[in-house]
Amino acid sequence: MTLTITNIKRPGSEAPESVTVENGVIKGWNLPHEGEVIDGQGGAVAPALIEPHAHLREPGQTQKEDLASGLAAAAAGGYGTVVSMPNTSPVVDDPATVRTLIEKADGLGFARLRPAAALTRGQEGEHLAELAYLKEAGAVMFTDDGRTNEDARVLRLGLEYARSLDMVVSVHAEDASLRAGGVMNEGPVSEALGLPGNPAAAEAARVARDLEIVAQTGARLHVQHLSTARALELVRGAKARGLPVTCEVCPHHLTLTDEALRSFDAVYKVAPPLRTQVDADALLGGLLDGTVDCLATDHAPHTGAEKERDLLEAPFGIAYIELAFPLMWTRFGERLGLERLLDLMTAAPARVLGWPAPTLEPGAPADLVVLDLDTEREVDPRTFLSKAKFSPWAGETLRGWPTLTVVGGRIAFRR
Amino acid sequence: MTAPTTAGTRPRHLLDFADWTPERLTALLDNADTMSQVLDRPVRKVPALQGLTVCTAFFENSTRTRVSFELAARRMSADVVSFAAGASSLNKGESLRDTVEVLTAYKVDAYVVRHPASGAAHLVARYSGKPVINAGDGRRAHPTQALLDAYTIRQEFGSLEGKTVAILGDIRHSRVARSNAELLPKLGARVRLCGPATLLPADLAALPGVTVTTDPREAVRGAHAVMALRLQQERMSGGYLASLAEYADHYQVNARLLREAEPGAIVLHPGPMNRDLEISSDVADGEQSRILRQVENGQAVRMSVLYHLLVGRE
Ligand SMILES: [Zn+2]
Repeated sequence: MTLTITNIKRPGSEAPESVTVENGVIKGWNLPHEGEVIDGQGGAVAPALIEPHAHLREPGQTQKEDLASGLAAAAAGGYGTVVSMPNTSPVVDDPATVRTLIEKADGLGFARLRPAAALTRGQEGEHLAELAYLKEAGAVMFTDDGRTNEDARVLRLGLEYARSLDMVVSVHAEDASLRAGGVMNEGPVSEALGLPGNPAAAEAARVARDLEIVAQTGARLHVQHLSTARALELVRGAKARGLPVTCEVCPHHLTLTDEALRSFDAVYKVAPPLRTQVDADALLGGLLDGTVDCLATDHAPHTGAEKERDLLEAPFGIAYIELAFPLMWTRFGERLGLERLLDLMTAAPARVLGWPAPTLEPGAPADLVVLDLDTEREVDPRTFLSKAKFSPWAGETLRGWPTLTVVGGRIAFRR
Repeated sequence: MTAPTTAGTRPRHLLDFADWTPERLTALLDNADTMSQVLDRPVRKVPALQGLTVCTAFFENSTRTRVSFELAARRMSADVVSFAAGASSLNKGESLRDTVEVLTAYKVDAYVVRHPASGAAHLVARYSGKPVINAGDGRRAHPTQALLDAYTIRQEFGSLEGKTVAILGDIRHSRVARSNAELLPKLGARVRLCGPATLLPADLAALPGVTVTTDPREAVRGAHAVMALRLQQERMSGGYLASLAEYADHYQVNARLLREAEPGAIVLHPGPMNRDLEISSDVADGEQSRILRQVENGQAVRMSVLYHLLVGRE
């Protein structure tokens, strides 16, 4: 299959160019047009985005999302690769499930799936999963995300074992006993609203503990969805010490604060919770100074009915893989610049995962996205390809929408 | 989410006091005087709400509060329908919105909502589009309780202006404390919140007119009204307290503590009481106690709230 995309601009260049892809790889630039020809309409072209942290809910919770809807939504968001979290039902803790997921996703023709597998059996935090077999089956990361690793010794063993496999372990860093029943950030807003709070110390205390284990073992740790200024400072300190730690932040923690909960709308209920403006500013600072390695959406779909419950009953999570780039570009494009933003969503997650950096050079996999950086569109959750049709940004006007996503030389999404 | 209202417009709901000006609140309390005269008549019924249907939607048990609201509605000739369900007994996947939309399809004109989750009454208001009275949502608010407290204090002293109200106990988990801390300063009173540090979120001191202290003597010193809150005995298993005895020793409202208060100070309790835990029996039954008066006033205040929200809206 051959495809030529014309009238696209590579970052840093103003001249429109064309790219030809053939048999799943980039054949070359500005060649005579071959195969299907698509007009890129002057959009910016980049390697397809990589999502290091998404919940696709299959197996077991396909009323919330499944591989087809989740990976189609990812492609619509400009993603070519999605790392799925293993807290499904059953948990992804055996090699057969990993293989099944990859095979099924390959047949869909949307974004690629690269599953993360559980670090411990059933994500129970007690016995290590068969990490070597899981790696052989195609798992790209180990994590008990969705749960927190309460037993520090088990985490230590998992880190050491993963290190011997040259794999990264990622952690949902919250001390469960401090988090307790908190449904939002603990502070003046939670007190005024009378909602149980989750203190910033729950995250910082856990990050501090885990960093000490990294210092002890030398094993590589990735901290997921950092939400507090204090935990970020701890990571910054650890990096200064030369510890092999990476971290991600989510666009929702950069763009929303606990003030949003004054609406009592459970669409704002996430874990870790939306914090304060001081925290959001610090996280942006971390993106600017390089402390934060990459962006992740923590795409966490739920049914509309679940999110229309009260704040104690509703589940945690926002799903917005389709909006992540436009949201970041609209809000922070000027501060970050296009190249840094694209790095945070392509090469940076690849580095965290130990993958080669994605490029648009001839011979590279034909995974690319074309972005319309200028046209404004209103966010309408009813048009989401994800099954989760609710959004904190519904009705907002954003720029930077993907218009074409190509994965393995095939069109995975086209607007 | 509710648009700020000006002094002139009447709030559509009573969810908390955010939209309520001091003038509106005073009008509400003045009106409760009229309602309490109705309750003193041989026939305790007026036709004000004839033809209207009030739904008491209780997602959490509270017979006392429900009875008080239902009597208030019936004494004003409203039809009353009551819906009771534990929040957890809602069908899995059924949202609060679905429940409310079904009730609204039955042509209910107003809701009285009790719910274990803070903010649930706001959601009912959003989903139903009808006037909603919050009868207690989680730790958030219990505005009619605060109004009846204010009414009872006003009855005693003529005004709340310059008065000091001490509230002792489990502040952290108390919607009564939160609602009083919001309401009483709007009416000119100062509020002192007091409890053991584990049950006293310091962030509440950010509210205007509110101070917090862990020292009960400091809280009660010179106070005109002293309110003891019900202590849920589960707070022990939650680790908030070392023992009930230690709590009672330090925070019980008793004769010794009351000596710190202004002479003529009154004692309040939102009920039901744990006698000899948060309040000593002699004080609960003593001459400074206005606890039964609160219950009585509750009905008049709730009638006034229903009237305010449902009758003569401009
Ligand atoms: Zn997580």
